[in-house]
Amino acid sequence: MNKNSNLYTIIYSTILVVVVAGILAFVSSSLKSKQQDNVALEKMQSILSAANLGSEADVVADKASYIKDLYAKHITNSYILNNHGTVIPGEAFQVDLKSQYQIIKKIMEADDTQLSKLKSQLLLPVYVCTIDNQVLNIFPCYGAGLWGPIWGYISVKDDYQTVYGAVFDHKSETPGLGAEIAKPKFYDQFDGKKLFKDDSFISISIVKGGGQINNPYGVDAISGGTITSRSLEKTIASWLKEYLPYFDIKREAIRAENSPCEGGTCTLDTLIVVEPVK
Amino acid sequence: MNKDIYKKPIFKSNPITVLVLGVCSALAVTVQLKGACVMALSVTIVTGFSSLLISMIRESIPNRIRIIVQLVIVAMLVILVDQLLKAFAYDVSKQLSVYIGLIITNCIIMGRIEAFALNNKPLPSFVDGLANGFGYGMVIIIVAFIRELLGSGMLFGYQIIPQSWYIINGGFYENNGLIILPPMALIILGCIVWVQRSIQKDLQEK
Repeated sequence: MNKNSNLYTIIYSTILVVVVAGILAFVSSSLKSKQQDNVALEKMQSILSAANLGSEADVVADKASYIKDLYAKHITNSYILNNHGTVIPGEAFQVDLKSQYQIIKKIMEADDTQLSKLKSQLLLPVYVCTIDNQVLNIFPCYGAGLWGPIWGYISVKDDYQTVYGAVFDHKSETPGLGAEIAKPKFYDQFDGKKLFKDDSFISISIVKGGGQINNPYGVDAISGGTITSRSLEKTIASWLKEYLPYFDIKREAIRAENSPCEGGTCTLDTLIVVEPVK
Repeated sequence: MNKDIYKKPIFKSNPITVLVLGVCSALAVTVQLKGACVMALSVTIVTGFSSLLISMIRESIPNRIRIIVQLVIVAMLVILVDQLLKAFAYDVSKQLSVYIGLIITNCIIMGRIEAFALNNKPLPSFVDGLANGFGYGMVIIIVAFIRELLGSGMLFGYQIIPQSWYIINGGFYENNGLIILPPMALIILGCIVWVQRSIQKDLQEK
């Protein structure tokens, strides 16, 4: 047979490609469920570690069941919000953050006419985590880093302005540089930071020297990972901004609860107490 | 079998330090030892099996499309490794991210197939592939050892330099941030080449 004839070459390459495609398709489909489990498990672990839970995941023998048990125990509720901060039906865990990010990206560039239409398309997941008697709200974020997507979860205390914990991850940031956002050394800095300054939303800045103890609004950026740090700062701010109506509703409720004139039924007694003593 | 097949690639004609192949990934994945070890293992498996497979079908490959055939086989093996890592070593696969996919472009693999596997029997080709992968792996593990120890004070993610040594905790020591940047990997690699050339005199140009 002539190995250099066109016919031989075409037949040879066709058979080779079909065989290789067959092998890859078989392997891919037989490993798919395991890979998807890994992805779901990782998502659960991220949500848990945003609430500073699941720190023993890497030492326990059976990581999968450890994470699942912890998730079932602490994540007591989860729901999807619309852009007015009200709950809409749906499974929060299934919301694809990437497609929501595409909408948020459009919102940032949109003019006033499109804005309300785009905002109404948003599906914003919230996870409610209960640790002892403390209720935390966990918010996701997702954006573009230097080389690929970055994402994370931020848990906020029930005063709806103090960060309880945060966790971040990335697809392909530079190892040792931008990839450090996924290290506890970086994201533990977020604990106790404030999202609101004098009642207006300012998010958390990620800058050099931002992590000084007397600054409750910033954390230290990563040296050598400036672009990733900046992108993360932008990502957090742009996502939390969409949750602001929800924050406002909750903060308003807290204020109403604490104010002496609850629901507009002020009695004379309470008014006297509020009046400064002369 | 000729002993040179597996002895040479490890030191005398090491793919990185002598042939200067596969340097790009050697710079990229050597920040941490764990990643470097998995990368070394993955590359060794891919070079070994791609040489074996190509050597088995070498008589039938049409000469005009031989590079394409080689690429298809290498790409298949790399995707297999990637899929397996995603299913069974998800954490490591995430850490190595794009670099697993980029094994396809590692010059060592194509280089060994072209230079050896196309003209030799399957078994020697397989050993040659494994030995070259091992030679590559050895160098990146040495580089990763130096970089992780001096750059982050850790080995395999465990703290080696005592916390009390650090300036923040009142000590005298600070991690060298420059080491974790790619240029330092190149300099460390250069030092390894220097050491090798001073031992192996025949590599020195007159």
